[in-house]
Amino acid sequence: MAIADVKEYCHLTPEEVEQIGAELDAIRAEIEESRGDADAAYINRVITTQRWMAAAARIGMIVSSPMDKKVRGPVLAASTVSLGLAKILENMEIGHNVMHGQWDWMNDPEIHSSTWEWDTAQPAEQWKHSHNYIHHQFTNVLGYDNDIGYGVLRMAREQKWHPVNLGQPVYNALLATLFQWGVALHDLDIEAIRKLEKDPKEMRRQLKQIVKKGRNQILKDYVLYPALSGKQWKSTLKANATANLMRNVWSYLIIFCGHFPDGALHFTEDELEDETRAEWYLRQILGTANFEGSRLLHIMSGSLGYQIEHHLFPDLPSNRYPEIAVKVRALCDKYDIPYTSGPLHQQYGQVLRVIHKLSLPNTMTEDDKPPTGVDITVEHGRRKAEERQQRRLEIGGWSRSAS
Amino acid sequence: MTSTTPERRPRVSWEGLRKAADTLTTPLLPDDYLTLLNPLWSSRELRGRVEKVIPETEDAATLVIRPGWGWHYEHRPGQYVGIGVQVGGKFQWRSYSVSSAPKRSGRTLAITVRAMPEGKLSEHLVKGLSPGTIVRLATPQGDFVLPDPPPARMLFLVGGSGITPVMSMLRTLDRRGTMGDIVLHYSSTTPERMIFRDEIADLHERHPGLIFHARHTDTDGIFELAASDAGLDAICPDWRERETWACGPGPMLDAAEAHWEEAGIADSLHLERFSLSLGSDGGEGGSLSFQNSGKNIDVDGATTVLEAGESAGVGMPYGCRMGICHTCTVTKISGTVRDLRNGAEFDQPNEQVQTCVTVPVGPCVLNI
Repeated sequence: MAIADVKEYCHLTPEEVEQIGAELDAIRAEIEESRGDADAAYINRVITTQRWMAAAARIGMIVSSPMDKKVRGPVLAASTVSLGLAKILENMEIGHNVMHGQWDWMNDPEIHSSTWEWDTAQPAEQWKHSHNYIHHQFTNVLGYDNDIGYGVLRMAREQKWHPVNLGQPVYNALLATLFQWGVALHDLDIEAIRKLEKDPKEMRRQLKQIVKKGRNQILKDYVLYPALSGKQWKSTLKANATANLMRNVWSYLIIFCGHFPDGALHFTEDELEDETRAEWYLRQILGTANFEGSRLLHIMSGSLGYQIEHHLFPDLPSNRYPEIAVKVRALCDKYDIPYTSGPLHQQYGQVLRVIHKLSLPNTMTEDDKPPTGVDITVEHGRRKAEERQQRRLEIGGWSRSAS
Repeated sequence: MTSTTPERRPRVSWEGLRKAADTLTTPLLPDDYLTLLNPLWSSRELRGRVEKVIPETEDAATLVIRPGWGWHYEHRPGQYVGIGVQVGGKFQWRSYSVSSAPKRSGRTLAITVRAMPEGKLSEHLVKGLSPGTIVRLATPQGDFVLPDPPPARMLFLVGGSGITPVMSMLRTLDRRGTMGDIVLHYSSTTPERMIFRDEIADLHERHPGLIFHARHTDTDGIFELAASDAGLDAICPDWRERETWACGPGPMLDAAEAHWEEAGIADSLHLERFSLSLGSDGGEGGSLSFQNSGKNIDVDGATTVLEAGESAGVGMPYGCRMGICHTCTVTKISGTVRDLRNGAEFDQPNEQVQTCVTVPVGPCVLNI
């Protein structure tokens, strides 16, 4: 079941909703005013650490290649892990957050959403459209947010069941292993292409970008670095594949824990109608789930364990989410708004349960989500929503390159 | 750059090597990793390290900066550079004239900055910058320059820290031994605040052709160009026959402009007003609406969105004013703008545009 009106669902008066909006705006203003040297030092430290880890890993693989097997083994293993972790850091705590504009306030042309390109197959420009705009603006609205199953999985009971969904456990495993390639194709909107609704010129433009980016990524990891390792090319190739796999599975896992645990709710398109800024805030809280863990776990997850705070303030620096979370949680307690959180294994457990249950028709399984009201069924495919709402500015900028 | 002349054997250039290494570091550049070893080893963005901060007067200092890779030391005497300094985590950009003479073999460049009472950044540059700080640089700009060869007779009209580009010119003339017949009229509030006063006195000693009129406006009052007894005619009777460079506060430049226009020789007066000269064709212009401030303005295709907003009275953010620092970025809600640097057009709704280098093509709405 899905929510057609957040106010009604939360039993809040319009005045209370506006009050919540104002309180969240105040949290934002407080953080914006206090951004400074310590925050700049944080992101620079993360970037420096990540680059040293990547450089050490690449050099380790090459330098160890002529060495004795006893030495080579451990160096290669350490390099593989280091490269995998570097890719995770780069994609999540650095790339994703920089592209949201979290660090644009520094006016640093080298750490800016308009110029950042990340170490994965999807071109940054397409990510900024599919993620910053489509997902963050239309979060969990059925038929509008393409992140509900990424056009591959059935992740909401409202999505129409099809026998193809029986293969979900397999698609899920494939998506986890090949995550970067799934993400690479995300902005193409395969569903629209299948229905021949996609502008062929735009499709060619996007494909050209993807091929160019993907080719460079493959060339680097699977041709050049193995070639530099001489006779040991095979082990370098395997090591790079392992590092990419590490990154794929980890980022898949973290991202799935953001919107698919039981507490993260869905919305019907009625919610979009005349939605105020405060109601948009509420939708973000209700549609999103956090997970708990150590500081290190949060950094390695791109601070997406604070997914609720990230969805409320996508462009505030990620290192401030822990302090924001304390305030948001208190606010939710005050107004009795559900705030979904739990340990990572519990959240992912719920995700797996949803994936498996929804491979079957609704009649054969039970809903684990709290009852929310309207029962609807939506067709496949993403509805164009550009004209439905004015674009929110805090979700991150996007500009389209000429070619 | 590799040469294309057939006689030359192809050789591996340093630039070429770094380009080849791109494929290994993609999507980053080799420079992004080299800066881990030395912050100056990057030509991705021009950088520099502050080597020395030399106090000139109580409120002015010369910063000696060692530029990193990609800097060509080929500024023309009189040009200015953009400098970006991180204050409170945020890069602040300003432009300052280069005061050192251009030297191809040089390793440093110098800018001289006066702390302004309202200028947070200039205050920081003069008093808060420690040697070793890494700053961002922008390539030299500006057409307030000395021609080569220089004209035989020149007049420099200078007010306050406007001396810096002129100093770069004088040093160049000195170094090249081409100091001709020059009159320098330099106003400063007090003798203590007169930057480079000793160096100019020394230049005068060595080059008798350089006439130096110092004026201390706290005691002598402001220099009136048209005054019959102590005006321009008195200190430099042949000013109409000279090429003149004027640099100083706005009102001083306005007065000079009017005076030269009245004499019908506006062409021989060169003024320094900080603005970016952009080469590429502008659009046909258009009407700009600033949504949040409710202001509107019609501009031609040579006026940047930033300049348009400023003249409409909108509090536009700005930094380097040359398309580098992204400080001026604003969201364009609708309409098309053209980037003056490369002619690229941005026509999507809700795009971020760099206002300092874009001009409107037709009506545009901006979110500010």
